[in-house]
Amino acid sequence: MTVKNHVLKNLYRDSVALMRLSLEIECLENVEQATAIMGTDNNKDLLEQAGLLADTGKSATPNDLIIAFNLTPSGLEETVMASVQERLTAARQVAGGGTDYRPRSMDGAIQALPQANLAMISVPGEYAVREAQKALDLGLNVLLFSDNVPLEDEVDLKQQAANLGLLMMGPDCGTAIINGAPLGFANAVPSGRVGLVSASGSGLQHVTCLLAEAGEGVSHALGVGGRDLSAEVNGAMMLEGLRALQDDSATEIIVLISKPPAQSARDRVLEAASRSDKPCVVAFLGEQGQPSSAGNVHMEQTLEGAALRVLSLLGREAPDWAAIDRAARQQIETLATGPDLRRRSIRGLYSGGTMSYESLFILRDLGHQVDYVSGGVQSGRDTVIDMGDDRYTVGRPHPMIDYRARCEALVQEAGDPEVGVVLLDVILGYGSHPDPASELVPALLEAQAVARKAGRQLAWVVALCGSPDDPQNLDQQQKALIDAGAIVVHSNALAARIASAISRSDTSALPGGDSLG
Amino acid sequence: MADKRDLLAASPKVINVGLEVFADTLHELGVPVVQVDWRPPAGGNRRLTELLSRLDRSGDSNSQGPN
Repeated sequence: MTVKNHVLKNLYRDSVALMRLSLEIECLENVEQATAIMGTDNNKDLLEQAGLLADTGKSATPNDLIIAFNLTPSGLEETVMASVQERLTAARQVAGGGTDYRPRSMDGAIQALPQANLAMISVPGEYAVREAQKALDLGLNVLLFSDNVPLEDEVDLKQQAANLGLLMMGPDCGTAIINGAPLGFANAVPSGRVGLVSASGSGLQHVTCLLAEAGEGVSHALGVGGRDLSAEVNGAMMLEGLRALQDDSATEIIVLISKPPAQSARDRVLEAASRSDKPCVVAFLGEQGQPSSAGNVHMEQTLEGAALRVLSLLGREAPDWAAIDRAARQQIETLATGPDLRRRSIRGLYSGGTMSYESLFILRDLGHQVDYVSGGVQSGRDTVIDMGDDRYTVGRPHPMIDYRARCEALVQEAGDPEVGVVLLDVILGYGSHPDPASELVPALLEAQAVARKAGRQLAWVVALCGSPDDPQNLDQQQKALIDAGAIVVHSNALAARIASAISRSDTSALPGGDSLG
Repeated sequence: MADKRDLLAASPKVINVGLEVFADTLHELGVPVVQVDWRPPAGGNRRLTELLSRLDRSGDSNSQGPN
């Protein structure tokens, strides 16, 4: 086996395109372990750690594309590179919205689309501020998908946007829906009367999907970035979004979502919500106490709770996703009453940050001692991991697109005798992986084999976040995961409660009536 | 100058800088979108990038960098 590096000068491709190319190269004959990566110093370090950096690759600059792979003795380097070039050319022809014209700058893009009103920016974080600044200077609203942006820059950009009367959604804003147009990671939900502002991408997706499944649509869904309710940013864009939805005639009810907020930002937003003449349902994770209502402000502690409250305020009946169907119930009872899973730990492997927080708080409320970690930590306690955290996404696609890290973790957890229940989210929608089950099912089967070989049983509980109209086909994804042995529900809160019930051998608190066992 | 209420009142018309998969989705759904052929400015040299950003902000330069 020989490590080969090829440097393609001045050839830039984004992280998703490179992930696809890497997977394609790995499938080529005589190639084992391959990656296509831009030649930044960080990426070269990653290559070196993986044993894939040769002398040629060391000379690459951030604008150069490195093709690195292990070649078997019978392989021909030229043959591999000819296939790579072919794929690079083919990918370029189909990508980019089907148009040949690609301006080299935002100024050029404005000339091509003079009516443009929004810039979507998803370049690596170190370059994102410059692009966002250009967009604001051109009078454009901004959806800044990029993460790894300094907090002080976020404060500055949002202040400028507010002064200009523009929306600055992000950084780290994964999703928005404006007038039915899905931006970034968003689901195919119907248009409707619920407007949302969220300092959480996965929280926004989850609530819009739960509403869609119950037949309620969205007027607008504004992501504002996971740090908007930090003490420093102080809810700057949530307040702007709230005002915009109050003025919006299509919006009848407003939902505000955030990861645990700073006290000052929380109070500031709630004060503004209390003056709203439209009902505001608030799900700020980590809130203490019971759900409550004061005037037009309705406080909930979970994403599921927020969706249920909206449906209740709109006079809708309880949706199917709030219950557990009979087949799943039977499976849960079998696992919970068997001796093997008792007192073994729960591992949450999440791609959605807010869904991971929601599980953390629910499990803690249920009395579990839970570590919230950033990966790589093994402990005997229950653990929830947010694999979409900034530290994992440098130079690689988000885990909603790239399932490799989670699939590896699934198999790894199966080898840990402490682990009894694995809890994970699968988020469908535009921009996400086109077929998550195709990645997860082989990993689940491999994990099952690992556990079985060691004489252990393992339970997988999946929170499947998707809309019936999503391109991945919600029903097919669900069926494939169930067939592979997973318990699948659509509410993440319910998934966390099921994980707890199995590990505690106590299903009495689950919805759907008394224990069958 | 665009107004945020204009954004909610009108359909989005998008300039996409970065992940092409987002532009592909919008194009398929009939949302007007232009993909910028972005690459790291100043050949990816961080020091030069910072200098360019400062020049952009000071308004002393019309340059968009050697994009």
